[in-house]
Amino acid sequence: MIWDIVIKLVIAGAVFFFVLNLAGAHTWLERKQSAVMQDRIGANRATLFGQRLLGIPHSIADAVKMFTKEDFIPANADPFLHTLAPFLSVFFAMVAFAGIPFGDHLMLGGRMIELQVAKVDVALLYIFAMLSLGVYGVILAGYASRSNYALLGAMRASAQMISYEIALGAGIAGIVMIYGTLDLQEMVRAQGGLAWGFLPKWGIFLQPVAFFIFLTAALAETKRTPFDLPEGESEIIGYFVEYSGMKFGMFFLTDFVETILVACLATTLFFGGWQIPGLSVAGFNFFGHLIAVNPVIYALLGVMSFTLKVLIFCWLFMAIRWTLPRFRYDQLMRLGWQYLFPIAIANVVITGLILALVK
Amino acid sequence: MAIRKRELTFWEKLYLPQIFSGLKLTMKHFFVNLFIHMAHRLGLMKNSSAAVTIQYPEERRWLAPRLRTRHRLMLREEGTPRCVGCMMCETICPAKCITIVAGEHPDPNVEKYPTRFDIDLGKCVYCGYCVEACPEDAIRMDTQILDIAAYSRDAMKLDMHELLNPTLRKPLKECELKFPHKCAIHDGKITGSWDAVYGKGPKKSNQFESETPSH
Repeated sequence: MIWDIVIKLVIAGAVFFFVLNLAGAHTWLERKQSAVMQDRIGANRATLFGQRLLGIPHSIADAVKMFTKEDFIPANADPFLHTLAPFLSVFFAMVAFAGIPFGDHLMLGGRMIELQVAKVDVALLYIFAMLSLGVYGVILAGYASRSNYALLGAMRASAQMISYEIALGAGIAGIVMIYGTLDLQEMVRAQGGLAWGFLPKWGIFLQPVAFFIFLTAALAETKRTPFDLPEGESEIIGYFVEYSGMKFGMFFLTDFVETILVACLATTLFFGGWQIPGLSVAGFNFFGHLIAVNPVIYALLGVMSFTLKVLIFCWLFMAIRWTLPRFRYDQLMRLGWQYLFPIAIANVVITGLILALVK
Repeated sequence: MAIRKRELTFWEKLYLPQIFSGLKLTMKHFFVNLFIHMAHRLGLMKNSSAAVTIQYPEERRWLAPRLRTRHRLMLREEGTPRCVGCMMCETICPAKCITIVAGEHPDPNVEKYPTRFDIDLGKCVYCGYCVEACPEDAIRMDTQILDIAAYSRDAMKLDMHELLNPTLRKPLKECELKFPHKCAIHDGKITGSWDAVYGKGPKKSNQFESETPSH
């Protein structure tokens, strides 16, 4: 019993450690990747022990700056709600990671360890619920600031997030129908093996339309360019206009954490999660030859595969963020309601028909 | 006149192909630049550059020779200023940033020289009129010094020490000028003597104990 709790705590700690550090690394990635894409050098002046280390000390300098800045609460704002909002925002983003399976179960000392923080049967629903609750942090931030600009930003943000959640949910329905489960671990297991003998049975190959709907809607959920109208950090500023110091930093962190969450979800739902094509518990299937793999190594390879896929998605999201300009608000709403939502519904109907015909 | 918008083609309306072509462009830059950056780390491909950035304090842009930069005063052979204290630059200066106090020069052919020549760079508008007005080519704006910044307004005021030797920056440690001048380092007193410039030869025509009023 005590061991079960310790193991869960260790896994939760490892996931939090990884996610928070990756979110910190995102500030570095954001600067450097945009710089390389735009023929620039990027931030490289902060030094650690006299070393520039490719600009990585800038992330540390950022954190130190955020923590030491004045925490300002506007005169008429509600201090409690104003402080609560960023915590809610980051809390729901972090807590959603509990449902993500990042590896197959690991047999260690006769004990089966599920490489997932919480074994929830409805992990997908749980994650979407947490994503939706994230809107409360945003609305609260705008409402508690007692600032018209913050409130308008919060309205924009909540309208956008709620609109795209519908497309997101409807887009995912196709995937759920194919795998017939809401348990993400089961969904990843179902993605092992080959479809039609040559393609890995990943969601992207079975549900390509759903993938693009999911990607678009999920990018809108993370509130980053090209869907950064709630924030518009370069000029209009949104719901966090009245925040400073680490409370602002937490909203900033939420963005990156949500980006990582979306990368994890995209990996889990469409890119086989921790699956490696050809690799199964039995061993590595190399053109008909079976090469046996140690079960522990097999589990670790799965974790590595998952991590690599997530990193590639983080990189891709960053590339999209630095390629596309921002949508206009009416374009954003039209894309969500008039294009993504009907396409998602059509996808569900067609998937249902095909499933009915095949079975 | 009505501006007619170009109709988008079917492929453009689909968004996705256009997004991919945009991504293709940025990704090309990303991978090419990343490759060159890596090669630079290994000491290869020194001739191709991965960024258009000029790393400012270490690397400087080429500046046109005619660009008007920080002023300097020209010197005669013996190390005294070419300036004859005619006040042309002070008169024409639209920002009124030049202050000259003239003294009498021992050489009868020169008549005057500045005992004090200050330029307040905090006021200067870099119009270059002083350079054009000068009949003696005594002031030039060709030092190519652009990083004129200071922590106080006083530090923006250049006197003869810095103007005659553009490599000097405030605050100055000691006075290097030999001829008599009002020296800010010695509380605005007149220091230096013509003997230090010309040597103790036959006595020249004038003494320089007192300052000659300029206006």
